[in-house]
Amino acid sequence: MTETTHLIHSYLRSSKRFPHVWCPGCGIGILMGALIRAIDHNRYSKDEIVLISGIGCSGRLPTYLDFNTLHTTHGRALTFATGIKLAKPSLKVIVVMGDGDAAAIGGNHLIHAARRNVDITAIIVNNQIYGMTGGQSSPTTPLGMTTSSSRYGNLEPAFDISRVVEAAGAAFVARSTVYHTRLLEQLIGKALHKRGFSVVEVICHCVTHVGKATHMNSAVEMMNWQRDNAVSVRKAGTLSAKQLEGKIVTGVLVDREAPTFHEEYEKLVARVGVDDSAV
Amino acid sequence: MKGRVEIYEGWCKKCGICTAFCPQDVLDTTGDGYPFVRAPEKCTGCGWCEIRCPDFAIVVSPYEEEQEK
Repeated sequence: MTETTHLIHSYLRSSKRFPHVWCPGCGIGILMGALIRAIDHNRYSKDEIVLISGIGCSGRLPTYLDFNTLHTTHGRALTFATGIKLAKPSLKVIVVMGDGDAAAIGGNHLIHAARRNVDITAIIVNNQIYGMTGGQSSPTTPLGMTTSSSRYGNLEPAFDISRVVEAAGAAFVARSTVYHTRLLEQLIGKALHKRGFSVVEVICHCVTHVGKATHMNSAVEMMNWQRDNAVSVRKAGTLSAKQLEGKIVTGVLVDREAPTFHEEYEKLVARVGVDDSAV
Repeated sequence: MKGRVEIYEGWCKKCGICTAFCPQDVLDTTGDGYPFVRAPEKCTGCGWCEIRCPDFAIVVSPYEEEQEK
Protein backbone atom coordinates (compact mmCIF):
# COMPACT_ATOMS: atom_id res chain seq x y z
CA MET A 1 0.00 0.00 0.00
CA THR A 2 1.44 3.37 -0.97
CA GLU A 3 1.98 6.35 1.25
CA THR A 4 -0.99 8.28 -0.17
CA THR A 5 -3.48 5.45 0.14
CA HIS A 6 -2.15 4.41 3.50
CA LEU A 7 -2.68 8.03 4.53
CA ILE A 8 -6.27 8.13 3.21
CA HIS A 9 -7.10 4.84 4.95
CA SER A 10 -5.71 6.06 8.24
CA TYR A 11 -8.36 8.83 8.22
CA LEU A 12 -11.35 6.68 7.17
CA ARG A 13 -13.65 5.19 9.77
CA SER A 14 -13.26 1.45 9.52
CA SER A 15 -16.77 0.90 10.88
CA LYS A 16 -18.32 2.52 7.79
CA ARG A 17 -19.32 0.60 4.72
CA PHE A 18 -17.25 1.23 1.60
CA PRO A 19 -17.49 1.98 -1.29
CA HIS A 20 -19.13 5.16 -0.06
CA VAL A 21 -22.66 6.33 -0.80
CA TRP A 22 -21.95 8.82 -3.63
CA CYS A 23 -22.77 8.07 -7.27
CA PRO A 24 -20.09 6.68 -9.61
CA GLY A 25 -17.67 9.46 -10.55
CA CYS A 26 -19.05 11.97 -8.01
CA GLY A 27 -16.63 14.81 -7.29
CA ILE A 28 -17.32 14.77 -3.54
CA GLY A 29 -15.11 11.67 -3.25
CA ILE A 30 -12.30 13.58 -4.98
CA LEU A 31 -12.82 16.49 -2.59
CA MET A 32 -12.71 14.09 0.38
CA GLY A 33 -9.29 12.85 -0.72
CA ALA A 34 -8.03 16.43 -1.23
CA LEU A 35 -9.32 17.46 2.21
CA ILE A 36 -7.59 14.54 3.93
CA ARG A 37 -4.29 15.26 2.18
CA ALA A 38 -4.51 18.98 3.00
CA ILE A 39 -5.15 18.26 6.69
CA ASP A 40 -2.35 15.71 6.84
CA HIS A 41 0.11 17.86 4.90
CA ASN A 42 -0.43 20.72 7.33
CA ARG A 43 0.10 18.36 10.28
CA TYR A 44 -3.16 18.91 12.10
CA SER A 45 -3.94 16.14 14.55
CA LYS A 46 -7.23 14.25 14.34
CA ASP A 47 -8.25 15.57 17.74
CA GLU A 48 -7.89 19.26 16.92
CA ILE A 49 -10.06 19.07 13.80
CA VAL A 50 -13.85 19.41 13.99
CA LEU A 51 -15.63 18.58 10.75
CA ILE A 52 -19.23 19.73 10.48
CA SER A 53 -21.78 19.26 7.73
CA GLY A 54 -25.42 19.99 7.05
CA ILE A 55 -27.82 18.00 4.90
CA GLY A 56 -27.37 16.82 1.34
CA CYS A 57 -24.88 14.71 -0.57
CA SER A 58 -21.95 16.59 0.98
CA GLY A 59 -23.54 16.11 4.41
CA ARG A 60 -22.41 12.49 4.32
CA LEU A 61 -18.73 13.42 4.10
CA PRO A 62 -17.87 13.79 7.82
CA THR A 63 -19.51 10.47 8.69
CA TYR A 64 -16.70 8.66 6.85
CA LEU A 65 -13.82 10.52 8.48
CA ASP A 66 -12.14 9.92 11.79
CA PHE A 67 -12.16 13.46 13.24
CA ASN A 68 -14.47 15.10 15.74
CA THR A 69 -17.52 15.23 13.49
CA LEU A 70 -21.01 16.65 13.58
CA HIS A 71 -23.80 16.01 11.06
CA THR A 72 -26.25 18.83 11.67
CA THR A 73 -29.58 20.13 10.39
CA HIS A 74 -30.16 21.58 6.93
CA GLY A 75 -28.36 24.88 6.39
CA ARG A 76 -27.33 25.26 10.03
CA ALA A 77 -23.84 23.76 9.95
CA LEU A 78 -22.26 27.23 10.29
CA THR A 79 -24.25 28.01 13.45
CA PHE A 80 -23.04 24.83 15.17
CA ALA A 81 -19.52 25.65 13.95
CA THR A 82 -19.70 29.19 15.40
CA GLY A 83 -20.75 27.78 18.76
CA ILE A 84 -17.93 25.25 18.83
CA LYS A 85 -15.33 27.85 17.84
CA LEU A 86 -16.46 30.24 20.57
CA ALA A 87 -16.60 27.51 23.20
CA LYS A 88 -13.11 26.20 22.35
CA PRO A 89 -11.12 28.51 20.08
CA SER A 90 -8.12 26.15 19.97
CA LEU A 91 -10.06 23.75 17.72
CA LYS A 92 -9.75 23.90 13.93
CA VAL A 93 -13.34 24.03 12.72
CA ILE A 94 -14.13 22.98 9.15
CA VAL A 95 -17.62 23.09 7.65
CA VAL A 96 -18.56 21.18 4.50
CA MET A 97 -21.75 22.35 2.81
CA GLY A 98 -23.44 21.94 -0.54
CA ASP A 99 -24.76 24.85 -2.59
CA GLY A 100 -28.32 24.20 -1.45
CA ASP A 101 -27.19 24.00 2.15
CA ALA A 102 -24.92 27.07 2.05
CA ALA A 103 -26.65 29.43 -0.38
CA ALA A 104 -30.35 28.57 -0.02
CA ILE A 105 -31.59 27.46 3.39
CA GLY A 106 -28.32 28.46 5.08
CA GLY A 107 -27.74 31.60 3.00
CA ASN A 108 -28.35 33.92 5.92
CA HIS A 109 -25.96 32.03 8.16
CA LEU A 110 -23.34 32.15 5.42
CA ILE A 111 -23.38 35.90 4.98
CA HIS A 112 -23.45 36.57 8.70
CA ALA A 113 -20.65 34.12 9.49
CA ALA A 114 -18.63 36.00 6.83
CA ARG A 115 -19.65 39.38 8.27
CA ARG A 116 -18.65 38.36 11.80
CA ASN A 117 -15.43 36.87 10.45
CA VAL A 118 -15.78 33.75 12.58
CA ASP A 119 -12.47 31.87 12.45
CA ILE A 120 -13.69 28.76 10.61
CA THR A 121 -13.11 27.23 7.19
CA ALA A 122 -16.16 26.69 4.99
CA ILE A 123 -15.84 24.31 2.06
CA ILE A 124 -18.79 24.83 -0.24
CA VAL A 125 -19.40 22.04 -2.73
CA ASN A 126 -21.11 23.77 -5.64
CA ASN A 127 -22.63 21.16 -7.93
CA GLN A 128 -25.37 23.55 -9.14
CA ILE A 129 -28.29 21.39 -7.99
CA TYR A 130 -30.00 19.59 -5.10
CA GLY A 131 -28.57 16.15 -5.80
CA MET A 132 -29.80 13.99 -2.94
CA THR A 133 -33.46 14.98 -3.18
CA GLY A 134 -33.79 14.37 -6.91
CA GLY A 135 -32.25 17.22 -8.89
CA GLN A 136 -34.27 20.31 -7.99
CA SER A 137 -32.87 23.72 -8.96
CA SER A 138 -30.74 25.49 -6.33
CA PRO A 139 -29.55 29.12 -6.07
CA THR A 140 -26.49 28.21 -8.16
CA THR A 141 -28.35 26.46 -10.98
CA PRO A 142 -27.54 28.30 -14.23
CA LEU A 143 -30.30 30.35 -15.84
CA GLY A 144 -32.32 28.28 -18.28
CA MET A 145 -31.17 24.84 -17.10
CA THR A 146 -33.87 22.16 -17.02
CA THR A 147 -34.15 20.50 -13.63
CA SER A 148 -36.81 18.39 -11.94
CA SER A 149 -38.31 21.57 -10.42
CA SER A 150 -37.89 23.73 -13.54
CA ARG A 151 -39.11 21.53 -16.36
CA TYR A 152 -39.17 24.40 -18.87
CA GLY A 153 -35.88 25.96 -17.83
CA ASN A 154 -34.72 27.71 -14.66
CA LEU A 155 -36.05 31.27 -14.47
CA GLU A 156 -33.65 32.50 -11.79
CA PRO A 157 -30.10 33.79 -12.39
CA ALA A 158 -27.44 31.95 -10.37
CA PHE A 159 -25.66 33.19 -7.26
CA ASP A 160 -21.90 33.63 -7.43
CA ILE A 161 -21.15 32.23 -3.96
CA SER A 162 -17.58 33.52 -3.87
CA ARG A 163 -18.64 37.08 -4.67
CA VAL A 164 -21.43 36.92 -2.10
CA VAL A 165 -19.07 35.94 0.74
CA GLU A 166 -16.47 38.42 -0.46
CA ALA A 167 -19.02 41.23 -0.24
CA ALA A 168 -20.17 39.96 3.16
CA GLY A 169 -16.64 40.29 4.58
CA ALA A 170 -14.90 36.87 4.43
CA ALA A 171 -11.16 37.07 5.10
CA PHE A 172 -10.22 34.45 2.52
CA VAL A 173 -12.10 33.29 -0.57
CA ALA A 174 -10.79 30.77 -3.09
CA ARG A 175 -12.27 28.65 -5.84
CA SER A 176 -11.22 25.47 -7.56
CA THR A 177 -12.81 22.66 -9.53
CA VAL A 178 -12.43 19.01 -8.56
CA TYR A 179 -10.61 18.45 -11.88
CA HIS A 180 -7.83 20.71 -10.56
CA THR A 181 -7.26 18.40 -7.62
CA ARG A 182 -3.78 19.56 -6.63
CA LEU A 183 -4.90 23.20 -6.70
CA LEU A 184 -7.91 22.26 -4.57
CA GLU A 185 -5.64 20.61 -2.02
CA GLN A 186 -3.37 23.69 -1.86
CA LEU A 187 -6.30 26.09 -1.50
CA ILE A 188 -7.81 24.04 1.33
CA GLY A 189 -4.40 24.14 3.05
CA LYS A 190 -4.23 27.93 2.69
CA ALA A 191 -7.80 28.30 3.96
CA LEU A 192 -6.99 26.19 7.04
CA HIS A 193 -4.02 28.43 7.82
CA LYS A 194 -6.02 31.63 7.43
CA ARG A 195 -7.12 33.49 10.54
CA GLY A 196 -10.76 34.45 9.99
CA PHE A 197 -13.64 33.21 7.88
CA SER A 198 -12.16 31.31 4.95
CA VAL A 199 -14.22 29.92 2.10
CA VAL A 200 -13.23 27.46 -0.59
CA GLU A 201 -15.84 27.13 -3.32
CA VAL A 202 -15.45 23.75 -4.97
CA ILE A 203 -16.95 23.45 -8.45
CA CYS A 204 -18.12 19.87 -8.49
CA HIS A 205 -19.98 17.79 -11.05
CA CYS A 206 -23.26 16.00 -10.39
CA VAL A 207 -23.30 13.31 -13.06
CA THR A 208 -26.72 12.01 -12.11
CA HIS A 209 -28.71 15.26 -12.35
CA VAL A 210 -26.68 18.08 -13.95
CA GLY A 211 -25.15 15.58 -16.36
CA LYS A 212 -28.64 14.61 -17.48
CA ALA A 213 -29.75 18.25 -17.80
CA THR A 214 -26.69 19.33 -19.77
CA HIS A 215 -26.41 16.16 -21.90
CA MET A 216 -23.01 15.30 -20.47
CA ASN A 217 -23.26 11.62 -19.78
CA SER A 218 -20.20 10.90 -17.70
CA ALA A 219 -18.00 12.29 -14.95
CA VAL A 220 -15.18 12.38 -17.50
CA GLU A 221 -17.14 14.67 -19.84
CA MET A 222 -18.09 16.95 -16.95
CA MET A 223 -14.50 17.14 -15.71
CA ASN A 224 -13.34 17.96 -19.24
CA TRP A 225 -15.86 20.80 -19.17
CA GLN A 226 -14.32 22.02 -15.89
CA ARG A 227 -10.84 21.86 -17.42
CA ASP A 228 -11.91 23.75 -20.56
CA ASN A 229 -13.82 26.48 -18.73
CA ALA A 230 -11.53 27.19 -15.78
CA VAL A 231 -9.44 30.37 -15.91
CA SER A 232 -6.78 31.22 -13.33
CA VAL A 233 -7.12 34.47 -11.39
CA ARG A 234 -4.01 35.83 -13.08
CA LYS A 235 -5.32 35.14 -16.57
CA ALA A 236 -8.78 36.42 -15.65
CA GLY A 237 -7.20 39.82 -14.93
CA THR A 238 -6.31 40.14 -18.61
CA LEU A 239 -9.76 39.19 -19.92
CA SER A 240 -12.83 41.37 -20.43
CA ALA A 241 -16.11 40.75 -18.61
CA LYS A 242 -17.57 39.41 -21.85
CA GLN A 243 -14.70 36.95 -22.31
CA LEU A 244 -15.18 35.78 -18.72
CA GLU A 245 -18.86 34.98 -19.21
CA GLY A 246 -19.52 31.35 -18.32
CA LYS A 247 -15.94 30.81 -17.14
CA ILE A 248 -14.84 29.52 -13.73
CA VAL A 249 -12.20 31.78 -12.18
CA THR A 250 -9.95 29.61 -10.00
CA GLY A 251 -7.34 30.44 -7.39
CA VAL A 252 -7.23 32.78 -4.39
CA LEU A 253 -9.87 35.47 -4.99
CA VAL A 254 -9.63 37.34 -1.66
CA ASP A 255 -7.00 37.29 1.09
CA ARG A 256 -7.25 40.05 3.70
CA GLU A 257 -6.75 40.60 7.41
CA ALA A 258 -9.61 41.49 9.74
CA PRO A 259 -10.34 41.01 13.45
CA THR A 260 -12.06 37.68 14.11
CA PHE A 261 -15.23 37.21 16.12
CA HIS A 262 -13.75 35.14 18.96
CA GLU A 263 -10.78 37.52 19.36
CA GLU A 264 -13.19 40.43 19.72
CA TYR A 265 -15.24 38.36 22.17
CA GLU A 266 -12.17 37.60 24.29
CA LYS A 267 -11.25 41.31 24.31
CA LEU A 268 -14.77 42.10 25.51
CA VAL A 269 -14.51 39.54 28.31
CA ALA A 270 -11.14 41.02 29.33
CA ARG A 271 -12.61 44.53 29.30
CA VAL A 272 -15.85 43.97 31.22
CA GLY A 273 -14.91 40.85 33.21
CA VAL A 274 -17.00 37.78 33.92
CA ASP A 275 -19.89 37.99 36.36
CA ASP A 276 -19.58 34.77 38.38
CA SER A 277 -22.65 35.50 40.49
CA ALA A 278 -24.87 34.63 37.54
CA VAL A 279 -23.37 31.13 37.22
CA MET B 1 8.48 2.20 -15.77
CA LYS B 2 8.49 4.28 -12.61
CA GLY B 3 5.17 3.42 -11.04
CA ARG B 4 3.14 0.33 -10.31
CA VAL B 5 -0.64 0.67 -10.47
CA GLU B 6 -3.01 -1.50 -8.47
CA ILE B 7 -6.79 -1.41 -8.75
CA TYR B 8 -9.21 -2.54 -6.03
CA GLU B 9 -12.31 -3.64 -7.89
CA GLY B 10 -14.25 -3.99 -4.64
CA TRP B 11 -14.33 -0.19 -4.21
CA CYS B 12 -14.37 0.74 -7.93
CA LYS B 13 -17.62 2.12 -9.38
CA LYS B 14 -16.42 2.05 -12.99
CA CYS B 15 -16.63 5.84 -13.51
CA GLY B 16 -13.69 5.84 -15.94
CA ILE B 17 -11.92 8.92 -14.49
CA CYS B 18 -8.57 7.14 -13.96
CA THR B 19 -8.49 5.77 -17.51
CA ALA B 20 -9.57 9.03 -19.15
CA PHE B 21 -7.11 11.32 -17.37
CA CYS B 22 -3.97 9.14 -17.36
CA PRO B 23 -1.41 11.34 -19.18
CA GLN B 24 0.43 8.27 -20.53
CA ASP B 25 -2.50 6.02 -21.54
CA VAL B 26 -1.38 3.34 -19.13
CA LEU B 27 -4.93 2.31 -18.26
CA ASP B 28 -7.74 0.91 -20.35
CA THR B 29 -11.23 -0.37 -19.65
CA THR B 30 -12.32 -4.00 -19.71
CA GLY B 31 -15.56 -5.14 -21.34
CA ASP B 32 -17.40 -4.98 -18.01
CA GLY B 33 -16.21 -1.40 -17.32
CA TYR B 34 -13.41 -1.93 -14.80
CA PRO B 35 -10.06 -0.26 -15.47
CA PHE B 36 -6.98 -2.44 -16.03
CA VAL B 37 -3.30 -1.73 -16.55
CA ARG B 38 -2.73 -2.10 -20.30
CA ALA B 39 0.73 -0.59 -20.64
CA PRO B 40 2.56 -0.84 -17.28
CA GLU B 41 5.89 0.09 -18.87
CA LYS B 42 4.58 3.59 -19.70
CA CYS B 43 3.66 4.53 -16.10
CA THR B 44 5.63 7.51 -14.81
CA GLY B 45 4.22 7.22 -11.30
CA CYS B 46 2.65 10.69 -11.46
CA GLY B 47 -0.29 9.56 -9.31
CA TRP B 48 -3.06 11.54 -11.06
CA CYS B 49 -5.27 8.43 -11.32
CA GLU B 50 -4.94 7.93 -7.59
CA ILE B 51 -5.71 11.50 -6.48
CA ARG B 52 -8.65 11.87 -8.91
CA CYS B 53 -10.24 8.53 -8.00
CA PRO B 54 -13.40 9.44 -6.05
CA ASP B 55 -13.49 5.99 -4.42
CA PHE B 56 -9.88 5.46 -3.28
CA ALA B 57 -9.87 2.34 -5.46
CA ILE B 58 -6.58 2.87 -7.29
CA VAL B 59 -3.05 3.02 -5.94
CA VAL B 60 0.25 3.98 -7.53
CA SER B 61 3.42 2.90 -5.77
CA PRO B 62 7.03 3.52 -6.83
CA TYR B 63 8.21 0.68 -9.04
CA GLU B 64 11.00 -1.38 -7.59
CA GLU B 65 12.88 -4.04 -9.57
CA GLU B 66 12.96 -6.37 -6.56
CA GLN B 67 9.19 -6.72 -6.66
CA GLU B 68 9.49 -8.53 -9.98
CA LYS B 69 12.08 -11.09 -8.87
